Amino acid sequence: MNFEEILQISPYSLEKEEKEKILTDRLMELTEHHRKNCLEYARILESISYHKGNVKKCSDFPFLPVRLFKELSLKSVLPEEVVKTMTSSGTSGQAVSKIYLDRTTSSNQQKTMVKIVSDFTGSSRMPMIIVDCPSVVKNRTMFSARGAGILGFSIFGSRKIYALDDDMKLDVKGLMEFLEKYKDQRILLFGFTFMVWQHFYKELFRLRKEGIAFDLSNGVLIHGGGWKKLISEAVSQEEFHTRLKEVCGLNYIHDYYGMVEQTGCISMQCEYGHLHASIFSDIIIRKPEDFSECGIGERGIIQVLSTIPESYPGHSLLTEDEGALLGEDDCPCGRKGKYFKVMGRLKNAEIRGCSDTYAEKFK
Amino acid sequence: MSNLEKYDGAFIEALEVEKEQLEGLEYQQIPSWDSVGHMELVAAIEDAFDIMMDTDDIIDFSSYEKGKEILAQNYNIEF
Repeated sequence: MNFEEILQISPYSLEKEEKEKILTDRLMELTEHHRKNCLEYARILESISYHKGNVKKCSDFPFLPVRLFKELSLKSVLPEEVVKTMTSSGTSGQAVSKIYLDRTTSSNQQKTMVKIVSDFTGSSRMPMIIVDCPSVVKNRTMFSARGAGILGFSIFGSRKIYALDDDMKLDVKGLMEFLEKYKDQRILLFGFTFMVWQHFYKELFRLRKEGIAFDLSNGVLIHGGGWKKLISEAVSQEEFHTRLKEVCGLNYIHDYYGMVEQTGCISMQCEYGHLHASIFSDIIIRKPEDFSECGIGERGIIQVLSTIPESYPGHSLLTEDEGALLGEDDCPCGRKGKYFKVMGRLKNAEIRGCSDTYAEKFK
Repeated sequence: MSNLEKYDGAFIEALEVEKEQLEGLEYQQIPSWDSVGHMELVAAIEDAFDIMMDTDDIIDFSSYEKGKEILAQNYNIEF
């Protein structure tokens, strides 16, 4: 099944066996494609004595450590086919990953994301508040992960406003006018977790004391990029939800897990608080001692699989995040596939994630 | 203004191109028609015709010609 055909399947409709088969076929195709077209990747496979005959299921595919994209320039297309280069978010002084996209991969990322997000928000576009500053998307050929995230979600916005100016100050007047204009409509809010907390929630909280209140009870917030800073401020996910609801009536809040190395394949959080892998991707939790698979509930390192990447060998990656599988095919929300939670970064791992790297400045 | 003039105008304004470049123009073919430019183009077209396009149509909108086809088929805009 090629990617176009996979894309026609509803994102959470397949049960374990069926999904495993489709994913294994596609990942095999990608592994062979990258082996032929990316010399470094071919050498890596050779060095671990990879034989495709040994691969029977998704968990048998070799995985690259995600930080390899910082050390090597990995691509499976000719330089002239690259239309966009994306970089991971890093704190200053940190090396960043470079991810090279050609037309096909770039467009498949956007198509996939639309399928996934529509399952949660519906396919109709909404007035959209971007909780960030406009300068993030300024350099158009070198996208930071932050810019890529904003741009990817922008397709859901019919009318857009940036809630913050380039000094990260809330545009109170602009927001009021925007909310007045679209007051009877559902509003989409998008931002990175820490920024939503620091520059949006805290400011709304302060304004409310001055008698200025915003009503976002029609809103749906999608946020991602890491909880590290908020955990250190002792803000739990529950508290994040409760406090946002208190301050502006925001009722629908979805966290998501994703990374620039696998843009498009995000895992969205359902109404039961579980992150869901769609049929376009999967996650495997591995034990740090021997990389064998963890059982349900067992904490380990997250490996991510994606059916999208054709222009760079990023279809199977070992992240530096810790998580645990919560179940498969049986979430009460009705979505099939694995659902999981993310506990945070491995100890001694670099700080990354759009929210966390930005939050570093607030020490 | 005819629909074609409105359509061309949206391209010229959003992507900063000349009218002569429009025929055969494809997404990602020129630097200004990248993913940022694409959303600006969609906004300009939506304003010009007072419509709201579906996400699927925004994704399928891969060339100057394809755009006309989408507008004609799904939004009753005749060229």
